[in-house]
Amino acid sequence: MKHTISVLLQNKPGVLSRVTGLFSGRGFNIESLCVAETLDPKISCLTVVSRGEDSIIEQITKQLNKLIDVIKVTEINDKDYVEREMVLLRVKAEAHTRAEVLRVVDIFRGKVVDVSAKSYAIELTGSASKIQAVIDILRPIGIKEIIRTGIIAMSRATKTK
Amino acid sequence: MGKITGSQAIVRCLQEEGVKTIFGYPGGAVLDLFDALMDSDITNVLVRHEQGAVHAADGFARVSGEVGVALLTSGPGATNGVTGIATAHMDSIPLVILTGQVPRPLIGNDAFQEVDIVGITRPCTKHNYLVSNVEDLVATLREAFHIARTGRPGPVLVDLPKDLVATKLTYPEKTPIHISSYQPTYNPHPVQIEKACRRIMKATQPVLYVGGGVILSNSSKELTELAEKLSIPVTMTLMGLGAYPGSQKLSMGMLGMHGTYTANMAVAESDLLIAVGARFDDRVTGKLADFASKADIIHIDIDPTSISKNVRVDIPIVADCKNALTAINKWFDAESDFQPMEQAERLKPWLALTREWTEKHPLAYKENNTIIKPQYVIETLHRLTGGKAIITTEVGQNQMWAAQFYTFDYPRHFVTSGGLGTMGFGLPAAIGAQMAFPDRTVIDIAGDGSIQMNIQELATAKQYSCPVKIAILNNGYLGMVRQWQELFYNKRYASTTMDVVPDFVELARAYGAVGLRATTKSEVEPVIREALQTNNLVIMDFKIEREEGVYPMVPAGKATTEMLLV
Repeated sequence: MKHTISVLLQNKPGVLSRVTGLFSGRGFNIESLCVAETLDPKISCLTVVSRGEDSIIEQITKQLNKLIDVIKVTEINDKDYVEREMVLLRVKAEAHTRAEVLRVVDIFRGKVVDVSAKSYAIELTGSASKIQAVIDILRPIGIKEIIRTGIIAMSRATKTK
Repeated sequence: MGKITGSQAIVRCLQEEGVKTIFGYPGGAVLDLFDALMDSDITNVLVRHEQGAVHAADGFARVSGEVGVALLTSGPGATNGVTGIATAHMDSIPLVILTGQVPRPLIGNDAFQEVDIVGITRPCTKHNYLVSNVEDLVATLREAFHIARTGRPGPVLVDLPKDLVATKLTYPEKTPIHISSYQPTYNPHPVQIEKACRRIMKATQPVLYVGGGVILSNSSKELTELAEKLSIPVTMTLMGLGAYPGSQKLSMGMLGMHGTYTANMAVAESDLLIAVGARFDDRVTGKLADFASKADIIHIDIDPTSISKNVRVDIPIVADCKNALTAINKWFDAESDFQPMEQAERLKPWLALTREWTEKHPLAYKENNTIIKPQYVIETLHRLTGGKAIITTEVGQNQMWAAQFYTFDYPRHFVTSGGLGTMGFGLPAAIGAQMAFPDRTVIDIAGDGSIQMNIQELATAKQYSCPVKIAILNNGYLGMVRQWQELFYNKRYASTTMDVVPDFVELARAYGAVGLRATTKSEVEPVIREALQTNNLVIMDFKIEREEGVYPMVPAGKATTEMLLV
C-alpha cells in the first residue's frame, strides 16, 4: 500500500541525511522524496512516498517523529489530499510525429519548453496517474529523456459547515 | 564580562552541568581543550584506548544516573569511540561525547586526522552536532546534555573544530532549554491508566515484564510497590535486573534466551503481560508468533517507537515509567473495589503454579567437587559480597552466568552491554563505576576472550587507583560461540579455541596489580576472600570447566517454551 508522508523539519545541514539514513538503516522503502524550504526559511517540508503495511508506516511515522530535528509528521490520508508531480520529457518529434506530440501535450495541458529540429521538451504536472498516462501515450512515439520531481502533496482544507 | 576562549567556555559549561570526572584521550585537535581542563577541578581519566573512554563514561553513567562524558580527538580518536557510542545507544545510556575536529577551513579537504564523525555516528547517537559558529557553542553543549538525559536517554556527540574552540566568545547566561521539536511525553494519559488498571483487575495470570527503563527512570520503588500490592510475579530482562529484588518471592528471575524456566513458562501462560520500560528484544521474545500468545499486553514506555514495534500491544501507555507506575499505584489505592488481600487470594493459584515450575526446574548446574564450575564462582562472589557489589560484565557466557547466579537486589548494580553485546565493555565500565563510587566493591566478571579486548585499561585502573576486581572465568574458549557450535554446528569449533592466552597472574603483576589463581573448587573461596580484602586492582584467574554451557537456553528463532535445560 502506497503512503504519502509529509514532514516538517529544521532546515539545518545534515537533517535530510538523518531522514534518509533512517529509511535505509531500518529497511524502509522510499519511492520518491521531495524537499524544499517553507515560508519560514528555518523550516523545510519534505514529502516522502513509501510502500508498506500499516504497521510499517506506523513505525516510519514514529521513527521520524523521534528525530530531534523533525517538527511534525503527517500521514496524508488518501481520501482528502491533492498530490502533484512535475515531469520534464524530451520526446522525439520528427516531421510525421510533431503534430501528434503537440496534440497530446495539449490534451494533458502540458507545455513545450524547448524545441529542436528532432525533439520537443515538455513540461507536465499532475497526479501520479496522469503522469503515467502521458508516459504510456508518448512512449511509442519515443521518449528520449525523462526527469520527474517525485510527488508533493497537501491535505485539502477541512470543509466548514 | 570579559571574553573567554571556546575551550574555557566548554570547561565552564561542563562545570555548570555538574561534571567532575570525564574520560578522555588527547590529540592534535583537542590540545586546547585539555589545556583548559588543567585549570579546572575536573578530573580527566586518561584511558589507554578511546573505546575504553566511552565505555568508562558509560559505566559511570549507569551506576550514578548522571550523564557520562568522554573527550576524544578527531579522526581515529573519534572512530575508536564508535563502538562505545553504539553500546550506549542500544542501552539508552546518557552520554555526552566531545570530539575534536580539524579546523573549519580544512573540513572536507581530507585533512590529517579528519573524519566525518557526525556522519558516522548519526545512526548510533540520540542526536549529534558539528558546531560551526562559536556563538552556538555553549547553547549546543547545554542542548546536548539536555537531550542526553531527558526522554529516553542516549548518547549525544558534539564535534568541535579546533579553530572554533580557540576563538573568543562572551559566555552566555543560562536560559531554560526549549526545543520545540523535542518534547518527550512524561505523563501518562489518564484514560490509558484507567484502561490498564481495569484490565489488571480482571487478570488471573498476570506477569510484570520489566526492562532497563525502570532502572533508567529510578522507579524500582514504584515497581516494587505495584508488584507487591497486586501480588504480580515479576520477570526482568538483562537490562532490568535489580529493578525488583531478585531474592524476593515474586521474582521469577530473567526471561528470554537464557531466562529461567519459570519466567519463560509464566510469560507463555500469562493472560496479561505488563511490560514496563522493556522493548521486546528478540533475545527476550524468541519466536514472535508464540510470545505471550495468550496474553493481552500493556506496555509502558517513554519511547513511542518501542510500542508495537515487534509485538502488538493492546494498551499502550507512553510515559516515564515512574509517572506511569505512580499513577497506577494511586489508582489502585483510590479504587474501592480493590482489596490487596482479595487480590492476593485470587492470584494464589497462579503464584502456586509459578512456584511449581521453579521446583520442577530451578536455575541449576551440575556441581562438581574438584573442577571449578563458573556458576559456583558467581554464587561465591555473591555470598562473599553480600550481594552488594557493583557487577560489570564482558559479553558471552560470563555475562549470562553473572545475570543468572548473582541475584541482584538493587538497581544500578548490574552494568552490562545488553543491546549491542560488546566484548571488552566490562573492564572500562568497571573503572567508570569505580570512579563514581570509589568506596564500593566493583567486580568485572569476564571471560578469557573478552578481557583481552580492552585489557590495556588495566593501566588506567592502576593509574587512578581503581581497586577493581576482575574475575576471569577462564575456559580457553570463546565460550558462548563454542556452545552454539557444540549445539548447532556439530561440535566443529571453528576459531573459538584460544590456544594462546596470557598468564593472567603474571600479567597482573606486570601492571602492578595482584594476580590470583584458582584451579580447583576449594581454591575459589580463599581467592575471592583475598581479592576482596586487597586494596588494589586484582585479577582472579579461575580455571573453569572448559565445556560448561549456559542453561536454560532457547535456540535462536524457537519459542521461549522450547528450552534446553541442564
